Amino acid sequence: MGLGQILAKRIGYGLILLIAVVVLNFTLITIAPGDVADSIAGDMGGADAEVLAEIRSRYGLDQPFAVQLGRYISSIAALDLGYSYFYNAPVTELILQRLPATLLLVFSSQILAIAVGLLLGVMAARKPNSFTNLIVTFLSLFGFAAPVFWTGILLIILFVAIWPVFPVGGMMSALLIDAPWYEQWVNIAYHLVLPMVTLASIYLALYSRLTRASMQEVLGSDYVRTARAKGLAENKVFYKHALKNSLGPLVTVAGLQFSAVISGAVVVEAVFSWPGLGTLALQSILARDTPTIMGILFFSSLVVIVVNILTDMALRMIDPRIRAD
Amino acid sequence: MKRIFKTVATSVATAALLATSTMAEEPKKGGTLTMAIQQTPRHLNPAVQSGTATGQPGTQLFASLLRYDEGWNPQPFLAETWEVSADGLSVTINLVKGATFHDGAPITSEDVAFSIDTVKANHPFKSMFAPVENVETPDANTAILKLSKPHPALLLAMSSQLLSIIPKHVYGDGQDPKSHPANSEGVVGSGPFKLVEFKRGEHVILERYENYFMEGLPYLDRIVMRILPDESTRAIALESGELQMSGFESNPRNIVRLKKNDALHVSSEGYAAIGPVNWLAFNTKGEKTSDPKVRQAIAYAVDREFINKALNLGTAPTALTGIHPGSPFYDATVEAYDLDIDKANALLDEAGYAKGSDGMRFALSVDYGWPAMKPYAEYMKPQLKKIGIDVAVRSSADFPTWAKRISTWDFDMTMDNVFNWGDPVIGVHRTYSSDNIKEGVIWSNTQQYSNARVDELMEMAGATNDANKRKELYAEFQQIVANELPLYPIFASPYHTVSSTSVGNAPDSVWGTSSPLDRVYLK
Repeated sequence: MGLGQILAKRIGYGLILLIAVVVLNFTLITIAPGDVADSIAGDMGGADAEVLAEIRSRYGLDQPFAVQLGRYISSIAALDLGYSYFYNAPVTELILQRLPATLLLVFSSQILAIAVGLLLGVMAARKPNSFTNLIVTFLSLFGFAAPVFWTGILLIILFVAIWPVFPVGGMMSALLIDAPWYEQWVNIAYHLVLPMVTLASIYLALYSRLTRASMQEVLGSDYVRTARAKGLAENKVFYKHALKNSLGPLVTVAGLQFSAVISGAVVVEAVFSWPGLGTLALQSILARDTPTIMGILFFSSLVVIVVNILTDMALRMIDPRIRAD
Repeated sequence: MKRIFKTVATSVATAALLATSTMAEEPKKGGTLTMAIQQTPRHLNPAVQSGTATGQPGTQLFASLLRYDEGWNPQPFLAETWEVSADGLSVTINLVKGATFHDGAPITSEDVAFSIDTVKANHPFKSMFAPVENVETPDANTAILKLSKPHPALLLAMSSQLLSIIPKHVYGDGQDPKSHPANSEGVVGSGPFKLVEFKRGEHVILERYENYFMEGLPYLDRIVMRILPDESTRAIALESGELQMSGFESNPRNIVRLKKNDALHVSSEGYAAIGPVNWLAFNTKGEKTSDPKVRQAIAYAVDREFINKALNLGTAPTALTGIHPGSPFYDATVEAYDLDIDKANALLDEAGYAKGSDGMRFALSVDYGWPAMKPYAEYMKPQLKKIGIDVAVRSSADFPTWAKRISTWDFDMTMDNVFNWGDPVIGVHRTYSSDNIKEGVIWSNTQQYSNARVDELMEMAGATNDANKRKELYAEFQQIVANELPLYPIFASPYHTVSSTSVGNAPDSVWGTSSPLDRVYLK
C-alpha cells in the first residue's frame, strides 16, 4: 500500500472517530443532571423563575434531546462551533484566545521532556550499573508516580512561598500590558518555567526510561557488535548506530502521549492559573456550558487525531521496515 | 413623613470621611492596585448580571444612584439628592451635575430611566424594581420614580451593583442587553474607572476615568483584577506581595494564617449587605423532615459552638436566623437551639420515632453542593447518630447537579449558603415565601415551607417605608420561622477582605469590594 493510500485510510478513520466523539460527548453532557441555567443562577446568587425559563428557552434547552443533538451536529458540519452560553461569545473566539497559551505550555514541556529524557536515558544506558543510572531510575519513578497537581503545588511551595523566585501563577504580569514585546516575552518565559517543568516531569520520567531500555536492547544486538568489531569509535557506534535505531519507541510514545499531555495540561493550568484551554475546559464543565465544552473536545480530538496521523507517517520515515508493510 | 436628604458637597464628604478615618493620613494619588477576583465574570455589566464576579469590576465601571456607608446610611452618589414622598409612592432624584459617561456624553435622567427599565426587565432579582411603574424625566437632571406601593428595598436597590447606570445611547440600540457586545468589550461606563482590557481567565484591567464626577477621585491610576480561582494560590500571592487585596476570602485556615502576617490587614467588614447566611435546610415535605419536631430535634443535636470553633476556627459570626446578623433587621432573641441531646431525643420520642434495638430511629440524607460545604455536611453524620438518626452524606459532582436535586426537591436536608442581597425583600423573602415554591429554581423556597402568617408578615414588611414598623414585623417573622424551622441557620460565611498594609481606605462599607474603590489609595 502506498503512503498516500495509508494516509487516506487514516484520515477516514479519523473522521469516523470525530463523529463518535461529538455524539458521545454531547449525550454525556446532556444526561448529566442540571444545566447551564442552574450554573448561571449559581453564579448570580439566585434568579427568578422567569429568568431561568427564559435562559432555557433561549438556548433551546427545553427542546427534546434529539433536536438539540441534531442542531449541534448540523452546525458542527458547517464548521460552526456555536456560541458560548456562559460567556456570550463565539466558541471559536474563546478557543483561539486560549489556544496559544496551551500550545506554548504543551510544546515547551514536551521539548523539555524529550531533550532531557533522551539525555538522561542515554547516560543511563551507557553505564547501566552506575550511580547515574540509579539516580535516573529514582527520578523517573518519582516523576512518574507523583500526581502532576502535587508536583505543581510542591514547586509552588518551594519556589514561590519558601524561596520566592517565581510568580505564583498567571502567564504575564498585567502591569506589562503597555511594555514592549520583548519585555512581555521575557515575562511570559519567566511565568512559564514552573508550569513547564511540572508538566514535563511526568514525561521526562517516561522518556528517559524508554530511551534507556531501548538503547540497552539495541546495544546488545548483532549489528552493534559488528560495528564495534570493525573498529568504529565507541561514540560513533553509540550515537550514529544505536541511538538512531532506538528512537522508534520514543517517537511512537511521544506521539501517542499527546492526548495525555493535553489532559495533563488541564491540571497544570488549573494549579498555575495558566490562561489556556485547560482552565477554559474546567470552567465550562463546571458551568455546563455545552457549546464551549463540545468545542474544546472537538478541537482537541481533532488535534490528537492529526498528531497521531503525523506520528504514524514519521515512524514510516524513520523505520523502513514499517514502510514496507 | 417627608424625608429630605440634603446635599453634601462631594469634597466635604470626602474630607469628613478622611477626618473620621482612624488612619489620618493624607491619601496619595497614583499607583496600581493588584487585587484578585475568584472567577471569570460572564461579562462586566451588573445591570443584567448579578453575582460578585461581575459586581467587583462592574461597580468600578458603572456608578449607581446611591452608595452606602458602613452603618447602612445611604450617601449621595450619582443622585445628589433624593426625596421619598409622604405616601411612599414617588421618589424624586436629582442627579449630580456635570457627570459624564466614559465616552464624554452627559449622564441624564433619560439614562436613569433607561437603566431602571433595563434592570427591571433583565436582572435576575425581579423584586428589586417590581413596584416601579414608570420613571418620569421632567428635565435632564430630574428623575421621578412612580411606584405602585411603598417599596422599602428601593434605596438599597439603587446602590452598588444592583443598579448600574448604563448609557442609553449604547445599550438602547435594539440589541438584547443580556448579550450586548458592550458588556465585555469597549464598555462605556459611568463609574470611577474605565475598562482597559478584559481577558477571560486572566484579568480585568481598569484605569482612572479623568472626568469622574467626584472631584479629586479616584486616587488609584489603575486596578488590576486578576482572576485566581484557587484559594491557596491567592493566599500565597497575598503573602508574597504579588496581590495587594482580595475580597470574599472564606477558608478559615487561610484567614487564620493570613491574620498572623504583619504585612496584611484582614477584615470581616464589608459583607453585611451581601449578607451570606449558611444553614442546614430541610425539605419540609420530606417523609420525616415534614415534622417540625424532627427538625427541632436535629437543631438541638447540632452543636453550633463546635462548628464555629472547630470548623470555622472562630472566623465566622453566628447566625440565628435567615437574616444576616449584620442587618438592622436581625433578631438575636429567637430560639437558638443550643446543644441539648436529651431534649433532641425527647422530641424524637414525642414525634413517634422510637429507637430501634440498634439505637437508631430512621435514616436521612444530607447534601452539599460545593467543596466548602463538605465539612459541615460530614459533621452531621456522627453528630446526628447521637440521637439515632442514620445520616448519609450525598455529594454532587458539581454545582448544577446539586442545584437540580435541591430545586426539584429530591433531598431530605442540605447545607446551603444564601445571600441577603441588601434588603430582606430582595434576598430573604425568596427563601420563605409560599409564592416562591418553584420547581427548577435554585435558591427559591426549596424547603417548600408555607405559612400564611409568615407570607403576610413579609408582605407587610415589604410595603412600608417605616423602619421601626418593619423591624417589628421582621422580628415576629423571625420568631415564627425559628420555631417552625424550615431551615436551621448556623453561621454567616466567614468572608474577609485581605489587604496589604500599604493599601489605604480598604473598602469597609456594607457592600465591601462590590462598591466603587474610588477612595482606595496606595501608601
